[in-house]
Amino acid sequence: MISHPRFYWGETGNDLTSPLFKLPIPASRALVPTGYGYVLPDQNGWSRYLHFQAAWVVVVTGLLYVIFSLFTGHLRKNLLPSKADLSWRAFATTIAGHLRFERLSEAEDWSYNLLQRLTYMFVIFVLFPLVIWTGLAMSHAFVSAVPETVTVLGGQQSARTIHFFVSVSLLVFLLVHVVMVCLAGFRSRMRAMITGRAPTPMERT
Amino acid sequence: MSEVSPRKLSRRKLITTGLAATAGALGLGVAARIVQKYGLVPPDHGGIYGLGETLTYASQRLLTRHSLAREFPRSQISKPPFANEIPPFNDAFKRLQAGGFADWHLSVNGMVARPATFSLNQLKSYPSQSQITMLQCEEGWSYIAEWIGVRLSQVLQAVEVHPQARYVVYFSIDPDWWESIDMADALHPQTFLAYGMNGDELPVGNGGPLRLRLPRQLGYKSVKYITRLTVTDSLKGFGKGLGSASPEGGYAWYAGI
Repeated sequence: MISHPRFYWGETGNDLTSPLFKLPIPASRALVPTGYGYVLPDQNGWSRYLHFQAAWVVVVTGLLYVIFSLFTGHLRKNLLPSKADLSWRAFATTIAGHLRFERLSEAEDWSYNLLQRLTYMFVIFVLFPLVIWTGLAMSHAFVSAVPETVTVLGGQQSARTIHFFVSVSLLVFLLVHVVMVCLAGFRSRMRAMITGRAPTPMERT
Repeated sequence: MSEVSPRKLSRRKLITTGLAATAGALGLGVAARIVQKYGLVPPDHGGIYGLGETLTYASQRLLTRHSLAREFPRSQISKPPFANEIPPFNDAFKRLQAGGFADWHLSVNGMVARPATFSLNQLKSYPSQSQITMLQCEEGWSYIAEWIGVRLSQVLQAVEVHPQARYVVYFSIDPDWWESIDMADALHPQTFLAYGMNGDELPVGNGGPLRLRLPRQLGYKSVKYITRLTVTDSLKGFGKGLGSASPEGGYAWYAGI
């Protein structure tokens, strides 16, 4: 991204073609016309190694998580919104509660609210699959075996552009998630995440 | 009772998770053995990123051994073709360029029955092939061009590669610039020694007079200004033994993704 902060739509894109948009940052390559007159140091080598190592961690743990969620009922019990909750009224109540910074209800200590459920479902079943898909669509070796991976996205540069936006969305999710954990009580929430136990009223902070 | 049981349960869960993790690690150990046996380990498998690199190379090699890189219609050829920044040429290159590359030679040696040196004209006397494929740089940009050349497999056939050969190492006229590929890529029908582009000579900016063309990997594997090929069964003796100049500069040896 920093070596070529220009994004395109379609199959190809380079310094000679017009971009869909440019990030307002200097590049780590001298040839990219950024207008800053400054070239950042090259970090692509190790960051690519790290990226693909991390990608395997995401794929393996993600698959395990989804399989376990299906078999243990985690998905059905904790993530799928209940029928009663799937109404505009329930949706509006949850959002209004968030906007008023209401204190968490007792139920929210051990169960996700509607907004959480919808967000987690979206992250698990839309953003993560999409980021993996668009990532594979950029691999020339992978698409040689499965060309449809990239053709249905409209091309290799389109895949890169979508990959960028999905990554940004995942980053925003992570930041908001961590902020919310802190707001809800970092220690009690971390304890709950690790042990799977809801905090007793005494432990609520 | 109700006070204690959740704690017990979580401890039991912790132990089962621990056991599962151990079993997983053992499984990985077995997998590593298998992968070693079938030549699915890249030369830059050491270090903290080695596991990820090995998984990527092994899975892509299994999935893509014979698959063909996407080819495009002529109408999708990028106009004008993009030429990336190139390092300053050395005296040897300038001398050959002044002579119109008439004396450009490619020597082929190593684990072959008949080591040989080919002039550009000799390479052009082999059946000429063409492909309209994308060149993708790890930086993010790309272009599509028609590449004209001779299949690397054709040249390897001419020099008769030993059956135990595992890699082809190729060198640019710039001594710091060399790469290697496994035999699956070396014998792949789209792996070219390219001397032409878009119906013309291969421009110097795009690697002329002779570059390797490897459309299933990133651009940095398609080394420009090729003068030498060495066929080998081990990459240990080349540079730092990491397979090519790229890992020595921090980049992955296998660039299929």
